[in-house]
Amino acid sequence: MEEKVVEIRGLIKSFGDLDVLKGVDLDLYKGENLVVLGKSGSGKSVLIKIMVGLLKQDEGTLKVLGKEVANLGTKELNELRLKIGFSFQNSALYDSMTVKENLEFPLVRNIKNLTRKEKDKKIEGLLESVGLPQSINQMPSELSGGQKKRIGVARTLILEPEIMLYDEPTAGLDPITCMDINNLIVQVREEYNTSSIVITHDLTCAKVTGDRMAVLLDGQFDAVGTFEEVFPNAEDQRIKSFYDYNFINS
Amino acid sequence: MTEKAEDRKPLLSKKIDKFFTGLANAWNFVRRFFKEVFIPPYEFKEVVHQCYRIGVESLPLIALTGFIVGIVFTNQSRPSLSEFGATSWLPSLISIAVVRAMGPLVTALIAAGKVGSSIGAEIGSMKVTEQIDAMEVSATNPFKFLVVTRVLATTFMIPVLVMFTDFVALMGSFLSVNANESVSLTTFFVQVFEAISFLDIISSVLKALLFGFTIGIVGCYKGYNSSKGTEGVGRAANAAVVMAMFLIFIEELLVLQIVNAIRMM
Repeated sequence: MEEKVVEIRGLIKSFGDLDVLKGVDLDLYKGENLVVLGKSGSGKSVLIKIMVGLLKQDEGTLKVLGKEVANLGTKELNELRLKIGFSFQNSALYDSMTVKENLEFPLVRNIKNLTRKEKDKKIEGLLESVGLPQSINQMPSELSGGQKKRIGVARTLILEPEIMLYDEPTAGLDPITCMDINNLIVQVREEYNTSSIVITHDLTCAKVTGDRMAVLLDGQFDAVGTFEEVFPNAEDQRIKSFYDYNFINS
Repeated sequence: MTEKAEDRKPLLSKKIDKFFTGLANAWNFVRRFFKEVFIPPYEFKEVVHQCYRIGVESLPLIALTGFIVGIVFTNQSRPSLSEFGATSWLPSLISIAVVRAMGPLVTALIAAGKVGSSIGAEIGSMKVTEQIDAMEVSATNPFKFLVVTRVLATTFMIPVLVMFTDFVALMGSFLSVNANESVSLTTFFVQVFEAISFLDIISSVLKALLFGFTIGIVGCYKGYNSSKGTEGVGRAANAAVVMAMFLIFIEELLVLQIVNAIRMM
């Protein structure tokens, strides 16, 4: 039986009177790329923020690598966070630091006893792997949107996580850069042997990167399966319209 | 799960509830600072970097302001003293005014405007662009890296800046006194140091420490709790300055009462 790295059961989250997640059930298996789709504001980002302890659920359980996130203390939560890479929607690069300092920041604080040479080798290797070795001394403000995303991914990979969480990796990018980012997500899984959750509303991204799709509608997952199982012949009008209005069908 | 403050029904009215919730949050923020400041790991490199930014980069503005304050205060005091033929008291008067009140107050107000707003805007912008969340998910304590380092830097650097302002203001005053009353530098500074006591210097330094802490903690608190995008960042920067200035005046008043009480003992 496949090993579950994330197990979510009956997850409920509200903000004031707004119920965002209304009893979500979901599993992520080791080595798979799971794409979570849904309209803006449907609670996709909330879901992965609960996974890394940035938000807390109101009810339900969420286990990551066998640990119930809500019950972890600061130390245990930080240990778990080292195994999870989080790529933010707007990259969230530290804008007062160079690319090199951005990558070095989590490294020096979490992996002790690394020599200067080892750190540099790791940073250079990662920048090579995301295709931006020349950007090492640039400031984030000097990078394009696509480059920022790549550096953001490199920064999360520096701690060699087991699980990658991508929040809207292709949002605001042109189609060609989107394709580059999609290929990078696939490449990361192959090179670093990660399990990933990709949050998106871009069906091309979903099709290229995902093994399974999960569509979040009205605070619950209505359809879970492969792209072919979920989309082309969807009977649910909401999922059908999601597919029809995407350029894939045009 | 525990009930969140924003989800609770207000006890009296929404505004009063918000005010007391804000006070409680601010108190918890200060408490967290005193808890985190003693727990390793220590971000020495970042503290030094912030000391440089806050201290060295504020120096030209502080120097200019202190110099002008020294000249203006001397020129404004001269006519009143000359009516009684007491212009020879100018160095004593200026030294008491500068060391006891003007130096710390002017430096703190300038720093609140320059440093406080910059801290509020920087941390606020990091908050709304998820940079603080990014630190948190990479198992780094953003409070320690952003808040503790900046508050320590302002607390250490404002007293240094105050001493510098005092010196520059006295030099400005000397220029005016020298030009009008032909007093030598030695005579001027002998009179300056005769007029001030050890208590004046200690209270000035302690006040500067308090002002520095206030500027840092208010800037960080407002930035750390900013929301609503870029508008929120602007608000955080503005609120950091207004709140810090308000608190500085209150603290000045309180310290003055305490020092006067000690002086009378």
